[in-house]
Amino acid sequence: MQDLGPYLKEHPFLSGMTDSHIDLLVGCASNVKFDIGDFVSREGQPAKQFYFVRHGKLAVELQTHDRGPMMIQTIGEGDVLGWSWLFPPYVWHFDVKTVELTRAIAMDGECLRNKCEEDHELGYEIMKRFSHVMVNRLSATRLQLLDIYGKRK
Amino acid sequence: MANASEILQPEALSNEMLPRLYTVNKLYKDTHDTFTMELVPADGGPSMSFLPGQFNMLYVFGVGEVPISISGDPDRAIPLVHTLREVGSVTSALRTLKAGDTVGVRGPYGTAWPVDQAVGHDLVLLAGGIGLAPLRPVLYSILFRRRKYGKVVLLFGTRSPGDILYKKELQKWRSRFDLDIHITVDRAIRPWRGNVGVVTSLIPRASFDPMHTTAMICGPEIMMRFSIMELTKRGVPEDHIWVSMERNMKCGCGFCGHCQCGPLFVCKDGPVFVYPRIKDLMNKYEI
Repeated sequence: MQDLGPYLKEHPFLSGMTDSHIDLLVGCASNVKFDIGDFVSREGQPAKQFYFVRHGKLAVELQTHDRGPMMIQTIGEGDVLGWSWLFPPYVWHFDVKTVELTRAIAMDGECLRNKCEEDHELGYEIMKRFSHVMVNRLSATRLQLLDIYGKRK
Repeated sequence: MANASEILQPEALSNEMLPRLYTVNKLYKDTHDTFTMELVPADGGPSMSFLPGQFNMLYVFGVGEVPISISGDPDRAIPLVHTLREVGSVTSALRTLKAGDTVGVRGPYGTAWPVDQAVGHDLVLLAGGIGLAPLRPVLYSILFRRRKYGKVVLLFGTRSPGDILYKKELQKWRSRFDLDIHITVDRAIRPWRGNVGVVTSLIPRASFDPMHTTAMICGPEIMMRFSIMELTKRGVPEDHIWVSMERNMKCGCGFCGHCQCGPLFVCKDGPVFVYPRIKDLMNKYEI
């Protein structure tokens, strides 16, 4: 079986994580590949996993009744995809579709939640890193909402 | 009664407030609300020389004047190129001009991007929306002297795929190995396969040496503030960051005070500023 430790260690999201924590993460990790057009998640479906993207590009989409699927963000190399696995009811909030052939490390959400419960230091590290991602995405969303390139009235 | 071309004698052209007549050579649509004008001197004489980042006051007779950045190649003075967004009465009037029509041009005014100062550095150009237009002369200039610079990265954010300026040129530049171009849009629908997200999200992914980078930013002020935050997070020193400010410019040469921003006149002391010089003013709610 392939040791995913080195891949996890070099992912920016896990930069600076201790070897012992990386070892714990390896136990919940698996290698995955998505072809162009594959859906990685569907809104409302159980969020059992999240992903450390190694290569490729994915689009986070929201279905609208009048305009069809709207792309609201793309996720690429070095990004982390998904935090719905962290909080009940553990369901995806968006569709995620592959735009380019994508390779990623899938993390089993339940497995990692259990490890975080057992090892609070690991839990704190994971929460700290996810909080950072969430804050960045919230700021980006606020900027998008402002429609800064739109005409001023 | 004398006509306009008789009034504008060469000695009068030295007067900063007098426009020189230019003829519209070409006018073409870039996107649904932006267009580019190519102008040539009406008297057939030499065109003005300019530096990347400078702007002209374009005058539609009987309508009014607007400050517009020069978006052409500084090493090719003719035609004189401006890219505009149709936002008010003057730009709307400019949009209706045809080849052969005449406009008044005053300039070039203002400070320039630090193209010479940046020699030896990596360059990060950050453009938001129509902000790509004032940065295009920088790209022309750099590409003409490409070996003098390290990595050159253009990060361009705009509203939607239909709002991407200079599509053909960007496509051509993207095929170069010595230029790293990343484009993102705020929203998109399929079949768009590029990036979706704010332009600042491209900064952490871009490849450059922060300590030896000169960054030039042009776009809405909010976009510039957030871009500066990301650049400094990456370790780019503040005095290596340059921004182009936009204010209500009227005279273009520091007489009228319309564009005053604290102790500075944006038309004369700017529009291009090194960030530390404008930092306190950018973060003030009211001046």
